[in-house]
Amino acid sequence: MSPAFIIIAFVTLLAAASAMSLRNLVHAALALTVTFAGLAALYLNLDAQFVGFAQILVYVGAVAILIVFAILLTRSGDTPDQAVLAPGWTYGIAVSAVVFTMLGWAVLNSSALPKENSSAPAATVKNIGEALMSKYVLPLEIIGLLLTAAMIGAVIIALREPGKTKMDDGGLKIDKTATPSAILNSPSSSGGHS
Amino acid sequence: MSDKIQQVFETFKQLNLVDKVDQLFVMLKQLVLAGVPEALQPLVSALLSVTLILAVFPGIFAIVTIFERKGIGRIQNRYGPNRVGIPFTKIRLCGFGQFIPDGIKSLTKEDIVPRAADKVVHFLAPVVMLIPVLLAYAVLPFGRNMTVSDFDAGLLFFFAVGGAVELSVFMAGWSSHNKYSLLGAMRAIAQMISYEIPLILSAVTVVMIVGSLKLADIVAAQNHYTFGIAHWYVFTPWGLVGFIIFFIASLAESNRSPFDLPEAESEIIAGYFTEYSGFKFALFFLGEYLGMFAIIGLGITLFLGGWTAPVSFLAWIPSYVWFVAKMLAIVFVFIWIRATLPRLRMDQLMNLAWKFMLPLALVNIVVAGIWHFMTVDWQRWLVCAAIIFGAYLVLGRGLMRNQKLGKRIYRYAE
Repeated sequence: MSPAFIIIAFVTLLAAASAMSLRNLVHAALALTVTFAGLAALYLNLDAQFVGFAQILVYVGAVAILIVFAILLTRSGDTPDQAVLAPGWTYGIAVSAVVFTMLGWAVLNSSALPKENSSAPAATVKNIGEALMSKYVLPLEIIGLLLTAAMIGAVIIALREPGKTKMDDGGLKIDKTATPSAILNSPSSSGGHS
Repeated sequence: MSDKIQQVFETFKQLNLVDKVDQLFVMLKQLVLAGVPEALQPLVSALLSVTLILAVFPGIFAIVTIFERKGIGRIQNRYGPNRVGIPFTKIRLCGFGQFIPDGIKSLTKEDIVPRAADKVVHFLAPVVMLIPVLLAYAVLPFGRNMTVSDFDAGLLFFFAVGGAVELSVFMAGWSSHNKYSLLGAMRAIAQMISYEIPLILSAVTVVMIVGSLKLADIVAAQNHYTFGIAHWYVFTPWGLVGFIIFFIASLAESNRSPFDLPEAESEIIAGYFTEYSGFKFALFFLGEYLGMFAIIGLGITLFLGGWTAPVSFLAWIPSYVWFVAKMLAIVFVFIWIRATLPRLRMDQLMNLAWKFMLPLALVNIVVAGIWHFMTVDWQRWLVCAAIIFGAYLVLGRGLMRNQKLGKRIYRYAE
């Protein structure tokens, strides 16, 4: 364990813990962003440039923004007065411990994991691109299709239903018959200049 | 240790005069590095590069602010700043000393934090703005052999750190507890996310042709000449369209007019930094300009040949001079546009990004693929130019279809 790993891991865990325990939702989202960035730093520490930068691009650049927007659009900025721990938190800890044990057991006994500490393969961005375009092209296409379908679904949900008043997004409407002086003079009676 | 220094001197002597001037800074850095112990070399190397960037680009920022004020002044038929020169002398320098009092003013002004503001986030926002912007300079090739850290995924790194700027804008807008700030932040984030897509897609074409995300490779691929004219990608059909899309998107990414809705003074005071004063405001200002320089630098690297000369007989001019000259030329165009075009409306902004630039960028990717696989030169010119022109016509018509543009009505004060 290098000092860099220890520092990054400490910062990531600290940010994750504060993301869980902070009362203000926006603060929690910002702490979660630090966690994302810490994960990216961990990837970079392992010399996985592509994954690291993709992590920053997707999670810090897009997912974090999505989360804060969701917070802003759904509720007011009031911070809750009661304790942040939900009443059933002990059950939660038990379930997460079970899941963690299961996952850890599965990973440690997986045949995909090389048992001996072989040297890491040099995965350049070019290798990743070639692998994505040849060996893994089908999963890539399927993910692309899924994401497109999700996006179309989101657009359809957001679309204005037909029959309701349609917003006219045409240009500025100015009464063409009005004379310049009429346009100028009409609002001046109420609004004063300062 | 002294023979290492000797070695650097020997390599320097072997260069001809043009290369000596060109490689001056590279050699100076190697000279310093030869003088420090092996273990400290990475640290000293990084420090030297960072110091140079921190000295040069804020310096250019200071000059450009005056340049902009004077330029806009001239376009608007007034003088602009023309008084301040060197202090305690009568030398005026056409007003180019103005940045010194401006800097002192912003340093000494009171730092006002609103009572309702979220203090910590309010404090962190300008810092979070500036750090990713400065990080982006790490991968830009400023000249021959002059890249701070030239790694494999340089282009991806640039776009990745650029994504963090949006977060800082949100932090500034939200923490100020001011509805104008929040509106400005919302506008800024919507605009940045929308225009990031055409920006990245237009850069993808260059990556397809070069076959590398490394910016040094991209410059090297453009660094050869036919009949004395450089092979910049802007001189190809897909490159020209890519450059124009990149240019427009970079205007929007750096919140410059006509895309200055996030800080539209006449509508929302100053947008997300309404509640910032003093040095924090100056940091936002600095971050915005440094971000603009960085994205212009990337545009130069991708489409305008980076530090290479446009014609081969001018190749004796040092590479870093070319880089800065191209950057300042594009900054001038930015200033010119700012003084010329009115601000877009929100729906126009979104329509332009999603209905015009995004489809055109996608067509451009296909065109770059055709360009790559066709071998006869005049044929691929014809085919690519025809596809792009057709796409431009169809998309342009589609964008203007429901606009109901009538005759312009002028309203005069009587």
